[in-house]
This record gives sequence, structure tokens and C-alpha cells, in this order.
Amino acid sequence: MREKILTFIEKNSRIDLSDLAIMLGVDEASVLNEMEAMEQERIICGYHTIIDWDKTGVEKVSALIEVRVTPQRGQGFDHVAERIVNYPEVNSVYLISGGFDLMVTIEGKTLREVSLFVSEKLATLESVLSTKTNFILKKYKDHGTVTAETGKDERQIVSL
Amino acid sequence: MRDPLNKVITKIEPSGIRKFFDIVVEMKDAISLGVGEPDFDTPWFIRDEGIYSLEKGRTFYTSNSGLKELKKEISLYLSRRFKTEYDPEHEVIVTVGGSEAIDLALRAMLDAGDEVLIPQPSYVSYLPCTILAGGKPVPIPLSSKNEFRLTAEELTAACTERTKVLVLPFPNNPTGAVMEEEDLKALAKVVEEKDLFVISDEIYSELTYTGKNHVSFASLPGMWERTITINGFSKAYAMTGWRLGYACGPKAILTEMLKIHQYCIMCAPTTSQYAAVEALKRGDGEVEKMRDEYNGRRRFVLHALREMGLDTFEALGAFYVFPDIRSTGLSSDEFATQLLRSEKVAVVPGTAFGDSGEGFVRISYAYSLENLKIALERIRRFVEGLKN
Repeated sequence: MREKILTFIEKNSRIDLSDLAIMLGVDEASVLNEMEAMEQERIICGYHTIIDWDKTGVEKVSALIEVRVTPQRGQGFDHVAERIVNYPEVNSVYLISGGFDLMVTIEGKTLREVSLFVSEKLATLESVLSTKTNFILKKYKDHGTVTAETGKDERQIVSL
Repeated sequence: MRDPLNKVITKIEPSGIRKFFDIVVEMKDAISLGVGEPDFDTPWFIRDEGIYSLEKGRTFYTSNSGLKELKKEISLYLSRRFKTEYDPEHEVIVTVGGSEAIDLALRAMLDAGDEVLIPQPSYVSYLPCTILAGGKPVPIPLSSKNEFRLTAEELTAACTERTKVLVLPFPNNPTGAVMEEEDLKALAKVVEEKDLFVISDEIYSELTYTGKNHVSFASLPGMWERTITINGFSKAYAMTGWRLGYACGPKAILTEMLKIHQYCIMCAPTTSQYAAVEALKRGDGEVEKMRDEYNGRRRFVLHALREMGLDTFEALGAFYVFPDIRSTGLSSDEFATQLLRSEKVAVVPGTAFGDSGEGFVRISYAYSLENLKIALERIRRFVEGLKN
């Protein structure tokens, strides 16, 4: 049942619990129990909203930072990654394979704010060897959701 | 001037519920639960393959029976999913939707006056196609008592000396009924006894919610030789507009079907055929995702209809439910028309699918949950209003 719950709420976290229970063919209490258990176990880590800030008056700048670091004995990359996640400016931190080690996404109000964060906070961390800042110019798709207008239903009103 | 028209075609009704359709078309802002096709877009990797084939300039005719690679994939797919074996060379024809395959099968098998048993309510093309093929359609009215499954008794009772073909439209449009293995086995006995042939329209075979796989009629002992299996890409892969289906069956019948196809159609659309190869190779996961989503909506719609006091049997296939609206005191046509006028929700009267659909309406759940919620709330208000 867990997998089915997650499939439904991954795309629509605002779905009514009662609707979800009906759709899964189980009672509401057991859906609630499973959800709470998954929250406890940090399988469900949060419920967020996908916002296209470009359409609002709010100025936001986000960047994708490629970070190369020296792994530390006994802790690998975890130690430095755990330091980076603490900054509220940081949106996500991924350990990745390939040409660099950590991919960090950052959100700030201005280009300057983001640049300063990288040069003052990130680049100066002890084990960080280098950083490369890529500013995000436009988000076409975010969290599996295409940001452009959703298409109209173009089907005939009735077909047999 | 002489009458330019053929007497057979002029006698065929365009649709029993033309009046209703005329009103629907005028209502531009109606919320519809009346559509017989998926709301999903064709999965991107399939569309991408179609685009790629165009870019490569693969815009020629394919061989009459279809691309070799596609026929091979169809054969593999049917074996993998439904345990039926067809030789891709001689026992598979790729057609312009399942609809063409129905027409081909009837035309290849019927002599003038041969009777075709058509369980109803069912899809609207079996009856006119039988007439156009020179046969005599004999509807078998199915009963809500049996959740619109066809029973061996009903089948036996409908047989005459002239009965040649049985159409098996399951999972069913419009009722959502499915036939499980035991149901089909009971029919197989009669089919054998009465020496019938079967056109098994399994276009909704991927959309069953019984927890078990759909059972293909040809997979039953002794039935392969007697069955033309019809399937296609429209419902399972959300590919209605690509117009692609197929027919599988014994070589002797397929050879004659191919003749008709060759002269009337030439071949199914090439772009669609290339896209379909990809659908069969890599589509199982997508099909499962869509099925799960439909299943959730199905439960939701059933629940809502029962809550508002409409007796609705648990439809376990396709993407339709078929509530009994007799408690409202209205006929199917009245219910659908009044619902459309007062609440601007379009559902299809059961009578569009045969007289035995009277007292029922078809509700499609090929819509988003939000859409379904709004529409069902309006239907609830409408039904509530009728009680007062």
C-alpha cells in the first residue's frame, strides 16, 4: 500500500485523505497510519509547493554550483555535505558521480547575494577544492512538473 | 435523377441518440464525462519515436499486413501478456484501429444471412458492420443482474441454425464489465457445441482491475482455431488518434481479411506503426502507471455514485462505470439530457449502446480527479433535486 500512496501523493500532496482512501480501496485510518509512519521514518520528508517565481513580482536567483571536494578519511563526503546543508540559502545538495563531487543548488535574492555566498561561505570550506557557479536562467520543468501552461482537453465532448 | 444511394446504407441509423449529441455539441462549457478515450497524452517516448521516423523520412507504405518488426512485437506481446501464440508472418494483420479489424473479420467470415450474435450494451460498430457485410445482427441483451457478463444460457438461447459468429466485447464499453476465466470457459463449451466463430474485441485488455490478468478467449483450449482476436494501441497506450490496431487469428481467415485490407486500405499509417513498435518494446511500465491511476479514479467514481443512491455494480474493466438510474424515474435519454441542461455535465445514455442499455448511463473516468470531483458533485445535486 505504501508504494501506491506515495505514487498518488508524489504528484498531488494536497489530495484529501478520504479521497485517497477511496481511491486505494482501504479505510481512511489505515492511510493515515501509513502516512504518519512514513513521516516518522522520513520516507515522506515534507510537502512542498512548486512555484514559478518568475510569474510573481518577487526577485529570485537560483544557481547550480559544481563543487569539488577532498573526501575526508573515515567520513568520505558526508562531513562537508552535512556542513553545506545547514545554510538556509542551500536548496539541495547531491553527491554525484562524474567531473565533480557535490552539486549544490542555491537560491538568493540577487546575483550578488548568490555569488557572495559561494565565494565567502562555500569556497572557503576547508575541504572544498573548487566551485563553479551556473546561474539558472529559466526553469522548464521542476520536480517532474512542466512549468508552462497545461494543455487544454482537446478531446470531443462525447465519443462512443 | 435516380436515387444515388444504396438501400442498405440509407437504412442504417447514424446513431440512436442523435438528438442528444446535437445538444451536447451546442454546450461549449459543459463538463464532460462522455469521452471514450484516455485523457493521458501518448507517452513521450512513443511520440518521440513517431517524430524520429518522420525525420528519417520513413513515410512510405509498409507491407499490407504491417511492418515486420511490429508484427513480431505484437506476437511477442500477446504471448507475454495473454499466453496466446501467433505467427507474425501469417497470423497478424496491423489495421487502422481496432475498428477496421472488426469490419475485416465480419466481412471475411459472413455470407448473406449469416447471423452474428452481439451482446449489448456494447460498442456501436458491430451491428452496422454486420449489416454492411451482409450478415444479420442478433443482439443478446445482457442483464445487470449478471453485471452485464454474457452467460452460457444466454448464448445458447440466442443460437439458431444460421448463427455463425459471436462477438465478444470484453472488457466492455460501455458497462465496464469483464469476463473472467470461468465465465469464458462456460461460453467456450457452447461455442464448440454450436460450431461458432468468435470475434473477441479485447481492445481494453490492459485495463482490468480484478487483480488478475485479462484472459484472452483464444487462450482457452480449442478456441484459438475459432477466434479472431482484436486489439490495438488506442486504449492501453493512449494512442487513439494514431489509428492503429491489429487482428490475430488462424491463417485461413487472416488471409482473406488481408485481401480486403489490401484493396481498401493498403496499409496502416506508417508513422504510427513505427511508434507502436516502441510502445510494445518499452511500454509495459507506462501502461501499469495509467492502469493504477484509472483504478483509483474508478473506485472514487463508484463510491460517489453509490453515495448519491445510484445503484452501480463494480465495473472491473475499461474506464467506464454504468450506474443504474431507474430509481430516478427517468429514462436514460431523459437523465442525460436533463443533467446536461441543468448541471452541464455530459454523460452518455446507455441506449446509445443498444436497447438493453435503457435505465443506465455511461460515465467515463478518463478525466482528472479534480474534473471528476466537480462533475460528480453536480450529478449528486441533480439526483438530489429529482428526489424532491
